[in-house]
Order: sequence, then structure tokens, then C-alpha cells
Amino acid sequence: MQAIVNISLKEGVLDPQGRAISHSLNDLGFNEVGDVRVGKQILLEIDETDPARLRQRVARMCETLLSNTVIEDYSIEIPDEQ
Amino acid sequence: MVAIEQLTSRRPALVWHKEASLDAADLVIIPGGFSFGDYLRCGALAGRSPIMNAVLDHAARGGAVMGICNGFQILTETGMVPGVLIRNAGLKFSCRNIGLRPCETLASPFTIGLDLGEDLTIPIAHNEGNYFADADELDRIEGNGQVAFRYAASDAAGPVNPNGASRDIAGVLSNNGRVLGMMPHPERAMSKLHGGTDGAKFLLKSLEALVS
Repeated sequence: MQAIVNISLKEGVLDPQGRAISHSLNDLGFNEVGDVRVGKQILLEIDETDPARLRQRVARMCETLLSNTVIEDYSIEIPDEQ
Repeated sequence: MVAIEQLTSRRPALVWHKEASLDAADLVIIPGGFSFGDYLRCGALAGRSPIMNAVLDHAARGGAVMGICNGFQILTETGMVPGVLIRNAGLKFSCRNIGLRPCETLASPFTIGLDLGEDLTIPIAHNEGNYFADADELDRIEGNGQVAFRYAASDAAGPVNPNGASRDIAGVLSNNGRVLGMMPHPERAMSKLHGGTDGAKFLLKSLEALVS
């Protein structure tokens, strides 16, 4: 099964990369762009058929490695979970 | 390694990251570099290398650990020192000599020999040196005396805080004072040919406090 992990910076954490992107978009004429925040998406192919167990395991992965919970939030999507 | 050998005339043991155990040591140093190409987050993957369990055990027994630059990032990723290092606020790799101000701290072998009034000049070279913790955490570590170094208020080369670090923090201690993480590279200020010897001065004082 596939799991999708979305990682974003917590509110209040400075995002210099996002700020630079915002400035560039403004320079290109996209003046409506304000704050920009950059996150990342991690796609995992996992040998597991039970969505509940998968979600639990992926949450563990997020807590131990995939995100740094001092500065990042994560969310987990399981596309095949109906 | 060369720096420690220069100061002690003893050869430190080099330990490979895949190893699982650590011989008894007065001090474990995690040097700078770009472990795992900074993939995922700087220090994240190295922070979970097999050897790190042994380093965590060593620290839990009260053993001394120093992390420099990427080593500091690795220490924050393991939670051995508080906070985290994020991208420099100016988005530029920052590489130059910088004034470093020793702070009043809790009892620590890394700061006991330093003069509070005397700034050190030590080079930095990093892209992710922007120290971050939330305001409560910053208050807590300041209150505990865990801030070891701040970027000094003025130096010849220009603006002082080179990376946007919260409260100008350049180095922090664990809550028992036995683990130090710092962004500047003392091992790169060991001789006049390096442009200064303040790194040697700092390392020697730490070693005197740690090595029997």
C-alpha cells in the first residue's frame, strides 16, 4: 500500500526559502502572492494491507525520522483507504 | 583529529558510524561535514546511525560530547541538546571568521575555563546554522544557563548574527552541561597560518577539564 506523508513547517517557524520564493513571484508580476511556505511530500510504498496498521507504522516513522517535531508538523494520507 | 592530536600529543580513536559500540572515552567529538548530503534534514540521518545509540548511552552516563557544525545539527536531531538548526535567514552559505562571546553557564567542562569578557574569533562555515527554538524553550535554556556562546555584538567583517539564529545563539549545552553543540569550527583556528589560535585556546581548556 502507498502512504503519502506531507511535512510542513509549524506556524511561527521562519521559512527563508518560502520568503525568497514569494519575492521572486512578486518580481515576476504575481503581486497577489503573500506568504509562501515550503514543505515536502514523501511517498512510501509499504508492504502492508491493513490501512489502520499502516497509518500507525507511518506515524511512528514520522515521529522517529521523517519529521522533526520541534519545527515540523506532519499529516498522513492513505489513498487506498476507503 | 589533527587538532586534538596537536593539543594532546595523543591520537584520538576514530569510530565508524556503522559501529554499534564505543570504548570508554573522556570525550566524544562529532565533527562537521555534510553527513548523508544533508538529505531529509541536516543531521537527521546521521542522528539515527547505529553508533548514535552508543553515543546516547555515553551521554546518559554523564559522558562528555562535543558536536561541531554538522555535529551540532546531529546532536539536535537526537535531542541531546535542545532546539534545531534551520536554513540561514539570508539563504547564503556563511563562511568567515566570527566573534564569539562565551556566556555565563551552568557548570560545564566546555565553558569553565573561558573568560566571560573575552570574545573568541573562530570561523563558521554553514548553510543551516540558524538556531531555532520557541520562545518558551529559549527562555528555559537561557534560565538554565545552557547557552554557551552567542555571536558577538560587533566584529570587523560586518553584520554580526550571520544566520538569523534566535537570540544570537551559536552554541548550546545539554541540561547537565556535559554535551555541547556549536556551529563555529574551533579546529579551524589552531595556528597563525589559520588566521588565529582562539580555537586551540578553547579546545585546550575543554580538554584540560575533561581529560585526565
